[in-house]
Amino acid sequence: MNGAMLAYAARRVALFVPTFVAITFMGFALMHLAPGDPVEMYLSGGLASGQAGISTQKLADAQRAKEQLRHDLGLDRPIPVQYLDWLSHLARGDLGRSLKDRLPVWDKIRERLPVTIGIEVLALVITYLIAIPLGIYSAVRPGSRFDQISTGVIFALYSLPSFWVSVLLIVFFAGGDYFNWFPPGGLRSIGSSSDWSLMRRAGDLLHHLALPLFVVSLGSYTELSRYLRSSMLENARQDFIRTARAKGVPERAVILKHMLRNSLIPMVVILAGILPGLVSGAVILERIFSIPGLGQLGYEATLARDYPAVMAVFAAGTALTLIGILLADLALALVDPRISFSGGSAGE
Amino acid sequence: MSDSSESAGRRVWRELLRRRRAVFGLWVIGALAALALTADLIASDKPYYLKLDGESYFPLAIDYGVWLGARQWPPALVNQRFAALAERAEAVYWPPIPYSPTVPDITGDVFEPPSRAHWLGTDGIGRDVAAGMVHAVRVSLTIGFIVVAIQASIGIALGGLAGYYGGVVDLALSRLLELMLGIPTFFLILVVAATFPPSIYLIMAILGLTGWVGIARLIRGEFLKVRAMDYVAAARSLGASDVRIMLRHVLPNAIAPVLVSMSFGVASAVLAESALSFLGIGIPAQIVTWGSILSVAQSNTTAWWLAVFPGAAIFITVTAYNLLGDGLRDALDPRDQGT
Repeated sequence: MNGAMLAYAARRVALFVPTFVAITFMGFALMHLAPGDPVEMYLSGGLASGQAGISTQKLADAQRAKEQLRHDLGLDRPIPVQYLDWLSHLARGDLGRSLKDRLPVWDKIRERLPVTIGIEVLALVITYLIAIPLGIYSAVRPGSRFDQISTGVIFALYSLPSFWVSVLLIVFFAGGDYFNWFPPGGLRSIGSSSDWSLMRRAGDLLHHLALPLFVVSLGSYTELSRYLRSSMLENARQDFIRTARAKGVPERAVILKHMLRNSLIPMVVILAGILPGLVSGAVILERIFSIPGLGQLGYEATLARDYPAVMAVFAAGTALTLIGILLADLALALVDPRISFSGGSAGE
Repeated sequence: MSDSSESAGRRVWRELLRRRRAVFGLWVIGALAALALTADLIASDKPYYLKLDGESYFPLAIDYGVWLGARQWPPALVNQRFAALAERAEAVYWPPIPYSPTVPDITGDVFEPPSRAHWLGTDGIGRDVAAGMVHAVRVSLTIGFIVVAIQASIGIALGGLAGYYGGVVDLALSRLLELMLGIPTFFLILVVAATFPPSIYLIMAILGLTGWVGIARLIRGEFLKVRAMDYVAAARSLGASDVRIMLRHVLPNAIAPVLVSMSFGVASAVLAESALSFLGIGIPAQIVTWGSILSVAQSNTTAWWLAVFPGAAIFITVTAYNLLGDGLRDALDPRDQGT
């Protein structure tokens, strides 16, 4: 790692904060400019539910209660002021309290983020375990029957809407009407308790996660194995491969040690590419399989106009997206010496 | 356009037609477009022709007339159910799917499995799924096309300005592109769609306004490349204005890669619309879409037909546009000619 690289990294990291602020401000303003008011939602869930036969006196009271509540929640201030307030609290690790149940939003995020990330990481491991051998196989015999079939299947997978696959899996394997092999949702069985042995609890968790993991990993095979295939094919034409073959290195070692190893590094980029879609993808998946993760929180908070919670999920999504882009750019810069940072030290 | 761009376009078209998968995608897209155009003739609860008490009527045509405000229903047909009228009619010719996509078939049942009466079954309130799916083609394709049109207009305009002028303009617009890339798009769409009143136009607008970054980057790169070419300098020395150079000379030579992204763009707009209606957000409840049919299956797991058919329709549409996009990319790649 040289100076130019460090300077590049520093510049990119420094840009992170203003970008984050600009995006979250836009989200914040959009949310507050939208018609509909969290106070109405808040009251209709509590105070004003079932308001039959209201007198004008009661109506005036309700109006005053609304004004009061709006003031208490700070919603009567200008949007930029509210945003700055939100931002300064965020800087101190305080995301406010949920309008729904008055619990700190930070606690909710901390509780749910590991669920979403955990599922994604597990799915990623599965994807790599399947996609890498697949990519190698296709690349070793390009144009072979296996290559053609796997290309076709993988292309079809790419167009497969994940929510359709999820619904099909639930209908046929978890609904209880056809094959009742898996639980339809959640993370734990109803009867599960902390008395269960670790193995039993892990088995229960995996039983619940089997379908969601299958769905999440399905979408990532394409990119991963295509990328690996083309990058291995490109390596196969390089001089060092010819040299290795010429000096009698066994074919297996040529493929695994020389071609594969040089193709693996850029795959870090793919890993970073998963972060931007994380929250978005989680919304649908966690909704279908009733998984208590970040996406589920975002969906419910959105419907309830729970501004602090929506903003927290939006901010988390923005941060993950920006981190993903940053990681991908840095990894690419590290791996590819042809990318120069200030015109100085390119190539070796 | 000049002669050379005409022949370039023809060459790409010829290259495209040589690719089996792309041609297959084109056929599917053509079939879907035909279905969208003729949806009213294929699935409607109004017969083509009805002979009642010696009088001849063309209810489907009358329906169009009424819709246009050109005429009114004849008294014998006002507020009548055509299925009931047909029983005492001398002659009646129905569309292949004699049901409305939105009105439940009251003679049938809810959650009726596929049968001869209802080819693809009925949904939770007794609407015919086949009729709903045929009309949903319209919703999906319209959203797909309009969204991509919005994306292409913004992307070409901003990307073109950045690439053509360079310098400060490029710097400012590039920062904007970076900002747009950092937005967790689907969640933002979800939040906006859920807070504003449901509307199909709102969905088009937000999908269009959030998805133009890819096209803008492509066009910027192409403009940067093309603006240094000799013919641009020639046009400028002949006194052509910036706008004229951009539209007549640079754009036609930079547009090709955008076609690829537009094809993939339709696919992802169709997917996003389906996902939103699946979540029940943004699309008005009375509009039947593939996603909305699919969402019913989620909580009514006996009704496999509600899960299989609409999902397959989404899959086929998305695959067709992806195949076309893939084929276009190959056809445009000069290194790949003749393989």
